[in-house]
Formats: sequence, structure tokens, C-alpha cells
Amino acid sequence: MNLQIKPILSALRRHKAGTILIALQIALTLAIVCNALFIVHQRIERSNRLTGMDESNVIAVQNRYVGKPDSFLPLMQTDVAALRNIPGVESAYVTNAYPLRRGGWSTGMQTDPTKTKDSLPSALYFVDEQALKTLGVKLIAGRNFTPSEIVNLAPQSTPAPAQVIITKAIADKLFPNGDALGKSIYYAKNKPSTVIGIVEKLTVPWIEFEHMDNVTLMPIRFDSGYQHFLVRARPGQQDAVYKAIPNALYKVSRMRVLPEKYGLRTFDVVRANAYEADRGMAILMTVVCAVLLAITAAGIVGLSSFWVGQRRKQIGVRRALGARRSDILSYFMTENFLIALGGVIVGTVLALGLSQWMLKYFEMPRVSVTYVAVGVVLLLVLGQAAVFAPALRASKVSPVEATRSV
Amino acid sequence: MFGYYLELALRSLKRSKALTALMVLAVAMGIGACMTTLTVLHVVSGDPIPSKSQRLFYPQLEPRDTDNGFYSKGEPPSQVSWQDGMALLKAGRADRQALMTGGTAPVQQDGSQAEPFFARARYTTADFFPMFEVPLRYGHAWSKAEDEARARIVVISSVLNNRLFHGEDSTGRTLRYNGVTLQIVGVMKPWRPHPHFYDLNADSYADTEELFMPLSTSRDLHGPRNGSRDCWGQGGKVQEDVLETANCTWMQLWVEIDDPEKVADYKAFLTHYSEEQRAAGRFKLPVNVRLRNVTQWLDYNQVVPSDVHLQVWLALGFFVVCLVNTVGLMLAKFLRRSGEIGVRRALGASRVAVFAQLLTEAGIIGLSGGLAGLVMAVGGLWLVRQQPDDYASLAHLDLPMLAATFAIAITATLVAGLLPAWRACQVTPALQLKSS
Repeated sequence: MNLQIKPILSALRRHKAGTILIALQIALTLAIVCNALFIVHQRIERSNRLTGMDESNVIAVQNRYVGKPDSFLPLMQTDVAALRNIPGVESAYVTNAYPLRRGGWSTGMQTDPTKTKDSLPSALYFVDEQALKTLGVKLIAGRNFTPSEIVNLAPQSTPAPAQVIITKAIADKLFPNGDALGKSIYYAKNKPSTVIGIVEKLTVPWIEFEHMDNVTLMPIRFDSGYQHFLVRARPGQQDAVYKAIPNALYKVSRMRVLPEKYGLRTFDVVRANAYEADRGMAILMTVVCAVLLAITAAGIVGLSSFWVGQRRKQIGVRRALGARRSDILSYFMTENFLIALGGVIVGTVLALGLSQWMLKYFEMPRVSVTYVAVGVVLLLVLGQAAVFAPALRASKVSPVEATRSV
Repeated sequence: MFGYYLELALRSLKRSKALTALMVLAVAMGIGACMTTLTVLHVVSGDPIPSKSQRLFYPQLEPRDTDNGFYSKGEPPSQVSWQDGMALLKAGRADRQALMTGGTAPVQQDGSQAEPFFARARYTTADFFPMFEVPLRYGHAWSKAEDEARARIVVISSVLNNRLFHGEDSTGRTLRYNGVTLQIVGVMKPWRPHPHFYDLNADSYADTEELFMPLSTSRDLHGPRNGSRDCWGQGGKVQEDVLETANCTWMQLWVEIDDPEKVADYKAFLTHYSEEQRAAGRFKLPVNVRLRNVTQWLDYNQVVPSDVHLQVWLALGFFVVCLVNTVGLMLAKFLRRSGEIGVRRALGASRVAVFAQLLTEAGIIGLSGGLAGLVMAVGGLWLVRQQPDDYASLAHLDLPMLAATFAIAITATLVAGLLPAWRACQVTPALQLKSS
């Protein structure tokens, strides 16, 4: 093998343009493929992020009341009662927002009653005593709300109930000493809310937020014509409950709109809807990578076939002079390996440069070395696989070719 | 001569079908990917109102006090309060001015038993229609007099007119919005500026609203409001009904200034107004005004999604690889025909003639690649339209992009053909003839 490198290099020197083009193509492919696959990886990772919920068997209902009663609160309570009475329902509650809803309410929190500047933001979920069970979140300290703690909140007023349950993320940030339980948080000036419980993890309703795990559960019934219900079905009952929900609600009152697309969704659908764009981008990137690799492979096959065809006479001479078939095969394989090696070296530099550029303009994390390494191996293997068929054909050139004029 | 080259080219392309197919396919996929992503970019970064985007301005003021957690980045809030909006509106220093906000409420055909449905509305003052050149199919918009009279009137979109009145002239008829009867005075033609520049609180590429009514009327009928509201000073406890006097920004103000020389005057007026308010003790922070036109306003809000840019760059990179691939294959193909070229040269064909012939061949590949690429772009755009993004439904190929597709395909392959053709016409006739 070693002996062959020198003649290969001098042969390549006679095909400078072709050699450079293949190497360039490999380099560009590597740069694009490893960055694109890295983006795919990030998007998939993002769309698999945990919400802290037990998402199976949960159904989300979006509801708008029609009409203008003095208060929506009685309607909400009859609806929740109707949902809880559906056979197969484990628990249900009415709320303003939940993880992955992509819309909600956030406010600033303070530990000082008078300060309003530089507050820590938190998403607010208005819940009742069945929320923890329905969401399936883990309470790691303190206790749940009691039914008597749930208070009504008039439209357009500031939520600041006497008790709140917060996530561990907030507890750690506001009370680094680990003594959050029983302490006061101010969601509005001079109105303390006592921390009665801490949940392990629960994410905000948005998929992009500076503090994904900053969530406060407030024991509040919010008087508004636009509500969400979360329903947990008993295991195996999800389909039946899903079908029964619209009828149960319409039986209470027809003066409501359950929007067509988002009215009734299982949590699988909620998750899929939330990350639809990321999924689309990941699929697009994967397809582009696959096509790029296919084109590069086809290009290598095409160019190598041409070189084999061009050198039939020389191959014949070598064979006549005693070279074995395997020598010819390994000649072309080695030739391709050398070109591909040049390509991946340039490609690695390009890939890192591209990643640096994307870091600057798209604020993306730098591509991981693993991805570049995987890309390098992938392209070297791809090159060898692509050149194999033409090389095999070359090895089958008969020594008689030496005597024929081309 | 060109006919002869064409014949030679077709014959040579037929000789190696697989190679030709590969080259055409590579060009087609590159073109298809580029055109799809560029069309999406073209759609999302388009000028929503080309005739006026340099003449419509969005004034911003700094009315807040120091006691608010949101004061940052040195930029004034992105909306105005009722007091400031009304003051600037009444001052009338620009050629036209409109103060507006958006909302959603149930709509029902008057006297019908059909189920109500929710529709989006825009509450605005009268200049909205002439200022944004809103086309009307039936009837007319309203005037300042009707703004002041708080008239119970509404202009509806063509979509809503089709839904409620089967597209007939519905002016003079009535509908119920949020439980209040409004008389229809005008029906719009289809109108969807994208981005939805005049109010970016909803989706940036949202559909146009279905109902338009005077701002004063909407306050009377307690029209529910959409969009953001930023309050300061009173702990955020503001009832929706008293927004007129509250320290909250929640409205969009647009002004039209036709004479470019008067733009600076208007900005000076904004500064002067802010100084007056500061002197009166209403504004607490230093004077900070902005007057961006439509283009600058969209740029400032970074309306174009960054994924769209990323996709364009990905497609361009992909196209470059496809072209490099094509150059390599063409080089191989042309050099393989050195013998044939040697004969042609020996028989008297000049280098230029050989070069032209080979470029014709490259051009054919470009043209077929462009055609196939067009099919792929149409398919690609169809795929884009299946996506959930709010701009997706806008992704259609238009005439300029169609022309661009072919121009790019042919130019790119001709450029790609230059090196192989130049290398091939360097063939020395004598050497080739000897070795054959």
C-alpha cells in the first residue's frame, strides 16, 4: 500500500481540476452535513424536553363562553363538575394556561415587599386542589392547596393570593438557603404570598422563555370568558373520555365555542403542535443531508468511472507487468481515500468556520466535535463505498487491453 | 451554427444517459431547494405596502416613570397610551393619522339563529382606510364625523361577507358584534398585507381582521381587546373600561408624511410634545422618541423568522455542492471526448467554436435542470404550505421568482460549464490524433 502512494500522487497531479473538485465537494458536504445534523440534534432535543408533567392520559380543552353574564365563575364551576362526572375521569380543573400551551401570563416576583425593579419572572397557572394530580407533578415539599383556599379573581386584577406553590427552580433562585417553605413572595407590591408547597419541575407555557422552569401555581378561579380545562383520564380510558368531553360540556350549555383545531387535544397533540416548526426543520435538514450525501456519492462514482475508463490501457499494462487484481483495486481505493482525506481536512476547517458564523448570526451553540468526527468518518466511508464499483470494474480489465489501441 | 451545436449537444447527452440524468438531477435539486427557500424569504420579507412604506411612520414616545421593571434597552415602548395617541391624533401634524387597536368577540348575523362565532376586529379612527389604501368592493369607509358621533357602523372583510351574506352587497344590513347591533357601511375587497405590519401583537403574518369599526364605537360597546398592554405606576391594577385615563400603552398610532422634508419636523414635534408633557409632570423619563417608517419598523421588530434565513443559507450551500458536482462531472465528460474534439479541431474548428459547442451542452443541462427544479420548487412550496407556521399559507411562486429560477439555473450551469469547456478546448489536436 505504502509503495502506491507516490505513483498515485503523481497521477493525481495530472488530474488537478478533477481531484480538486471532488475534494472540494467532499469538504463542502462535510461542512454542511455536520452542521445540519447538529441542528437536527438540537431541535429533537428541544422537542423532547420534559415538562415535569405525566403527560399520558391528559386531555386539554380550550373553551370560549359566548354571551356576557355578570360573572363566568358559576359557568366554570358547573363545567368542571360536569367534566369530573364523566366516567373514566380521574381528575380535572380549570386554568388559564399549562405547559406547551404557547400562551399564558407571566409576572415579576420579589422577596422585598416594596421593590419592583429587576424582578424574577414567573409564569402563572391558576389552579385548584386537583391540579397537582391532573398534571401529575411531584410535590417535593409542603402541601397541596385545600378547596377553601381557592379564591376568585375579578377580570383585569392583579393575582396575589395568600398561598402559592412554586417550582424548585424558583425556590432555589429566590431562597438559595433551601428554606423557601413558609416564606413570602411578592407578586404585587406589599401583597405577600406564602409558599406552601414546592414541586420538583413544571415548565412555562411557552417553548422559548428565559426561565423555562419558573412557574407559580396560584389557588385562583379567574373570571374570564376564555378558559382551559385539563382532564386526566384513568389509564386505558383516554379515548372514551376524549369522545365524551364535548357532549358533557354542550349538555351543560351550548353557549360556548370549542375551536375546531385546538378545542380538544390529547397531550400528545399539544406537544406535537408546540414543536411542529422544530419537527419540520429537523425533517428538512435530514432530507437535505441525505440528498447531499447521495449527490456526493454519485459524483464520486461518475468521476471515478471516467478515470477508470480513461486509464484502461495503463491498467492493462500494469496487469501485463504482473500486478494482481487486488493491486488495481487497492490503487483506486487508495486514490479515493487520499482525495477524501484532503477533502475532510478542508471540510473540518469549513465546518468549524460555518459553525462560528452561525454562532454569530443565528446565536446557535458551536457544533460539537463528535458531530464533526462522525461526519469525517461518514464521508470517508461514503467515498470508499462509492469508489468500490468503479475500482472493481478497473480490476477486471484484462492484461490484453495493453496490446489494444484505445 | 447554434442549431448544429444543439444537435451535437443532444447527441452527446444521449450517449451517456445516466451521467446526464445525474447532472440534470443535481442542478434541479439545487435549484428546487433554492427557489423554495428564496420564495419563502421573498414572501416573509416582502414590503407589505410598497407604494407607501417610506411615507408611513410609527411614532413612539417614552411616557413611563422610573418605577417599572420593563424599562430597558433604551427604547421607548412599542405602543402609545390613549392620552398621547389622542393628543397626537388631534394635533393633526401629519398628512394623515390613525389610532388603533385590535380585538376579538363573538359575531352573529342579526336576527339569525345561527351559532355565534369569534372574529377578529380592528378598532380604528377613520384615516386607516385612505392611509393604508384599503380597497373596498361595496359601500364606503367612515369619516371623522362618524368617529366623533361614535356611530354604530362597521366595515367587513370579503371573507366575512362571503360567510354571512354569500358575497352579496351587504351594505345597509346589520350584524351583532359582542352583542351590539352594527350597521354595515362597507365591504372590503380581499386585502392581506403581509407582514401584518400595522399591529405586530398578533402573529406577524396574521390574516387581516374581519371587522373594522370606529375606535370610539368600540369603547362604547366594550369591545374586548387583544394584544399587549403595558402599565406602570399603579401596580398593574387597571380596569379595561378606564384605559382612556390609565398609565398604560396599548394602542398603535400610524402617521402618513408625504413630504420627506417634513419627517424631521414631525420628529421635532414629537420631541416638543414630550418636553411639554415632562414639564407638566406626566412624563418622568428623559425625552426619547422614535419615528420609524414601515421598513424600519419591521426590521426593528425582527419580523422575519431566523429559521427562514437559516433555510436559505442551507439551500444555497446545497446548491453550491450540486454545482461543484456538476462541474466535476462535466469536466470528466468533456475530457473523455478529447479524441472527438481533436478531430474537430484538426478539421478546422476554432477553439471558440469548440468552446461554444461545449457551453451549449452545459446550457441544455441548465435549462433542463431549471425546468425540473421548477417542478421541485412547486412541490417544495406545497410542502411549506402544509407547515403550521403562520406565513406558510402565503408561500406561492410568483412571476419574478419564476423568471429568477430560470435565470439562476442557466447562469449557474453556464458558469459551471466554463472551466470544463475551457479545459477541453485546450486539447492539442495533433497529440489526440496520434494517440488514437
